[in-house]
Amino acid sequence: MFIGSRVLKYFIVYIIVLNAKFLNGTTIYVIKSSKINTIKKAVSVAANSDTIIVSSGIYFEKNIIISKSITLIGENLPILDGENKYEIVSIKASNVIFNGFKIQHSGHGTLDDLAGIKIYDSKNVTISNNVLDDTFFGIYVQFGIHCIVKNNTITAYGIEEQQIGNGIHCWKSDSLQIIGNTIQGHRDGIYFEFVTHSIIWRNLSKKNIRYGLHFMFSHNDAYISNVFTENGAGVAVMFTHGVKMFNNYFSNNWGDAAFGLLLKEISDSYINGNYFNKNTTGIYMEGVNKTQVQKNIFSGNGWAIKIQASCMDVKINFNNFFGNSFDVGTNGTLVLNSFDYNYWDKYEGYDINKDKIGDLPYRPISMFSMIIEQNPPAMILFRSIMVSLLDKTEKIIPSLTPENLKDNYPLMSAIKL
Amino acid sequence: MRKVVKYVILDILKSKIILSYTLVLFLISFSVFSLEDNTAKGLLSLLNIELFVLPLVSIIFSTIYIYNSSEFIELLVSQPLKRKSIWLSLFYGLSVSLVVSFFIASGLPVLYYEPTVTGLIMVLVGCLLSIIFVAIALLASVITRDKAKGIGMAIFLWLYFAIIFDGLVLFLLIQYADYPLEKPMMIISACNPIDLSRIVILLRLDVSALMGYTGAVFKDFFGTTKGLMTAVTVLLLWVFIPLGFSLRIFRKKDL
Repeated sequence: MFIGSRVLKYFIVYIIVLNAKFLNGTTIYVIKSSKINTIKKAVSVAANSDTIIVSSGIYFEKNIIISKSITLIGENLPILDGENKYEIVSIKASNVIFNGFKIQHSGHGTLDDLAGIKIYDSKNVTISNNVLDDTFFGIYVQFGIHCIVKNNTITAYGIEEQQIGNGIHCWKSDSLQIIGNTIQGHRDGIYFEFVTHSIIWRNLSKKNIRYGLHFMFSHNDAYISNVFTENGAGVAVMFTHGVKMFNNYFSNNWGDAAFGLLLKEISDSYINGNYFNKNTTGIYMEGVNKTQVQKNIFSGNGWAIKIQASCMDVKINFNNFFGNSFDVGTNGTLVLNSFDYNYWDKYEGYDINKDKIGDLPYRPISMFSMIIEQNPPAMILFRSIMVSLLDKTEKIIPSLTPENLKDNYPLMSAIKL
Repeated sequence: MRKVVKYVILDILKSKIILSYTLVLFLISFSVFSLEDNTAKGLLSLLNIELFVLPLVSIIFSTIYIYNSSEFIELLVSQPLKRKSIWLSLFYGLSVSLVVSFFIASGLPVLYYEPTVTGLIMVLVGCLLSIIFVAIALLASVITRDKAKGIGMAIFLWLYFAIIFDGLVLFLLIQYADYPLEKPMMIISACNPIDLSRIVILLRLDVSALMGYTGAVFKDFFGTTKGLMTAVTVLLLWVFIPLGFSLRIFRKKDL
């Protein structure tokens, strides 16, 4: 009995020591006046699972390479300055946490993609609560798995596309979580290429030079509740299957080649509950198939949807269309998509049997929008009486517009969304 | 001259046509806003009225008025009055009564439901259009003595500006689709006051759709304050040029 309790005591002590050594590690403080006054020194003396706490101040340390599984925490936003020459933080180990720093003035490169923070071939890395200012690429994830990029504020001052990198750039990665970041002034706000099974949630991407979100060959990802506004060309999602786009907000993407959402070669995807407001084109679809576009709101866009004849099995149902200059535009007469059960504010039919579904089909495509498609300067005649007359005749006897592009069951009142 | 303007206005009011026009326009404007759930749609419906009905009423009413008061004009000419001031009095009287009735009937509802720059521009453009078509009507009615011919000409002019012109423009656009037509289009649009008014308002209402390449060209010009001033100046020219011509003819005309 006596021996037993002693063994137990030792065992408990052993567990505590083990914990301290292998789970919590030791804590190393980087303070300017102490012996460990640079982050590089702290990283070099640290062992795996140690914590480094960096006190506030400005650090010029060129390129900091983190090759151990450690936690770095900045107190009161210590500033890491790259002097416009270096990549500032390179993470080359798994299980790293990097939290609470201000990263500024990274180098710019034409051959190398210098970034504020770059993750190389690592797992379980968390980058959170950092402020990045004037970096070439902001946060760069390359071959990352299970990495989290959370609550960072990334600002750049790019003027030309070629001279600036992307805010959050992810390449050949899997299971990433991009959450709650604010990105501004980069080339693309968030860039995904060959990234799978990832989530982009609650980010704000605005005033980027090219796309708010650029998305290619990235299968089975979801982006939910993000705001993309005032980007040069909106959001582009291309060559991907299994994308879920829920509850995002696309607004104020203005220009001839600007789209709220550009879809190219997309299949088996879901676009639900999004809000498209004041874009030149709300959604532009090319080569899209087996995709659901439901319960979205399109308001005040130039064209709510431009759907090319190359799209198939796209189900555009239960959406609300308010105050768009044109509801739908297309380039051909072949229609293999469904437009039923939407609410169109331009619908002029009636509902005799009071089932809240209009008794006449609605043709969302006007003759004039077909003319504009082929002859853009004709836009100068928009809303003239001549054009209204043409549209009215076309509605009665369709000749130019595709016969099958119609909503057979237009709703009489807007869906509550 | 002021006395003559006063008589003209009183005479117009007596005929009750203007009063009923005001009342109908007022009812339409109010119902358009209260029936539609969003004011933007109301504005669009009203825009159609403004570009279609307003010029028609303006030009037909003025032409008929001038022909009907030919005896009154003859009487005035026999008095020691300058022909110029007689003709301008008629112009002022007609413009004032039409502008006031438009402002009350349509301007007030617009400003009440849409008290923005867009609403203000719409009202301003409506007033200018009323005056422009009075001036055109004066020209049409002074050219020929024959009442039927004059009214016919007025109707044709209205038809031309409201519909035929746009048809010709559309034809041109399709015929010359291979050429960059954005800039010529702006000059061509200045040749029709209705088109010019429509474009100025369009830039406010459909700005998203107009941000494409073509639209951007228009927007860069008409969207700026300078462009707006140019548009208003051109519209004013549309008042002064027909009025000037009609005045010249009236001065030498054997009544």
